[in-house]
Amino acid sequence: MMNNTVQILFFGSLTDIIGEAKLCLNGIADTNALQQLLLEQYPMLASTKYFMAVNQKMISENTPLKPSDTVALMPPFSGG
Amino acid sequence: MNNKERYSRQMILPGFGLATQEKLRAAKVLLIGLGGLGCPALQYLAGAGVGCIGIMDADKVSVSNLHRQLLYGENDIGMLKTTVAARRILEQNATISIEVYPYELNKQNAVQIIKDYDLVIDGTDNFSAKYLINDACVLLNKPWIYGAVSRYEGQLCVFNLGNLHPTQPLINYRDIFPQKPHSGEISSCETAGVLGVIPGIIGTMQAAEAIKIITGIGKPLYGRMFNYNLLEGNSYEIEMVKKNGTPTIDQDFFNTIHGEFDAGIYCNAMDTDIEEIDTATFIQLRANPNIFVLDVRERHEYPVIDFSHAQIPMSELENAIFELPEKEICIICHQGIRSLHAGELICAKRNLKVYSLKGGLTAYFNKVKA
Repeated sequence: MMNNTVQILFFGSLTDIIGEAKLCLNGIADTNALQQLLLEQYPMLASTKYFMAVNQKMISENTPLKPSDTVALMPPFSGG
Repeated sequence: MNNKERYSRQMILPGFGLATQEKLRAAKVLLIGLGGLGCPALQYLAGAGVGCIGIMDADKVSVSNLHRQLLYGENDIGMLKTTVAARRILEQNATISIEVYPYELNKQNAVQIIKDYDLVIDGTDNFSAKYLINDACVLLNKPWIYGAVSRYEGQLCVFNLGNLHPTQPLINYRDIFPQKPHSGEISSCETAGVLGVIPGIIGTMQAAEAIKIITGIGKPLYGRMFNYNLLEGNSYEIEMVKKNGTPTIDQDFFNTIHGEFDAGIYCNAMDTDIEEIDTATFIQLRANPNIFVLDVRERHEYPVIDFSHAQIPMSELENAIFELPEKEICIICHQGIRSLHAGELICAKRNLKVYSLKGGLTAYFNKVKA
């Protein structure tokens, strides 16, 4: 069961929206499906900017997810 | 002072010798923003012997800076950061030169200033400045080192570095985040808080990246975003990809984009009757008893001004507009931006002649002290 899980990491202000820095989800086919699911559960995500990465590589299009992949959602920071 | 002795501990490093030290001496680095990121970056660049460092910041030292901006002390409060920083750094290393820019980067000056430097370090705390640095650096084909913090996390990345993979298209900030977030979308240090060591760590790493790029030692963090989490004590690195469909940054793009959000307030101001005045005109006007001088800064802001004036902070102005006297009003603030905005609010409800001090009290004190 565990190896069917995709791990999702959140950074910066996104952890405030999700309430966690990490989620583990089962049965997610691809990054579009993941994004849709996240937007349904955390509508505030729609109002902030971030990019997605799969296994530490930024993606620019829908990407299939395999068991034990790690997805990261990274927003820009502005503090200095 | 003997520079060979000064730099002896780094010159004996493997891969680092006289020729490498000479590269540092010949380098010109522009550091924009002298806050939590900029202070440590500046200290390490000066220590390492970067020959010319430009420092740019319009702000003055305030007490809430001191927990993370360790170049400044309690006696510096109210003074221009560039003035204090230049003095401290030249005490540390008088063999380098410091160029001082005590004002903000803007659409008009960005290209003109950046063109004289080899690379730019971003020590700013807002997205308008980061996008402006990015777009100007792309226009000028200069590398820049992005750094930013959020509470207990920090980000670091080198953009637009040309000499590593000359055949590949360069990656810039807009490949990762094509558009600037709206104000309030991502919180700043002021609203979200920050532990002082976080910008200390990221700013120091920015200096390290600058030294690597200048000397050619090691592998710059180009095409990779480094994220550090202090609470977890870990880091996470993401490989960047050049995206399709991101904007092409050329002169037209630059003018359009930065005209829109950088000067948005000015554009609106032109439709109303607000007259921007320089410091000399302001000094004449304020002597006129028929002119009502209005300071719209918040009550905690420095410096204190010694001429007769009224103070209604921007945060309270809307409720006080009908209490303003039937006089011509001359509005002042820190940088001359809020005063324009205040003028718009007043002009919308009252039929009064409104002046705004261009460049704000920063320009005023630069002129008066000079």
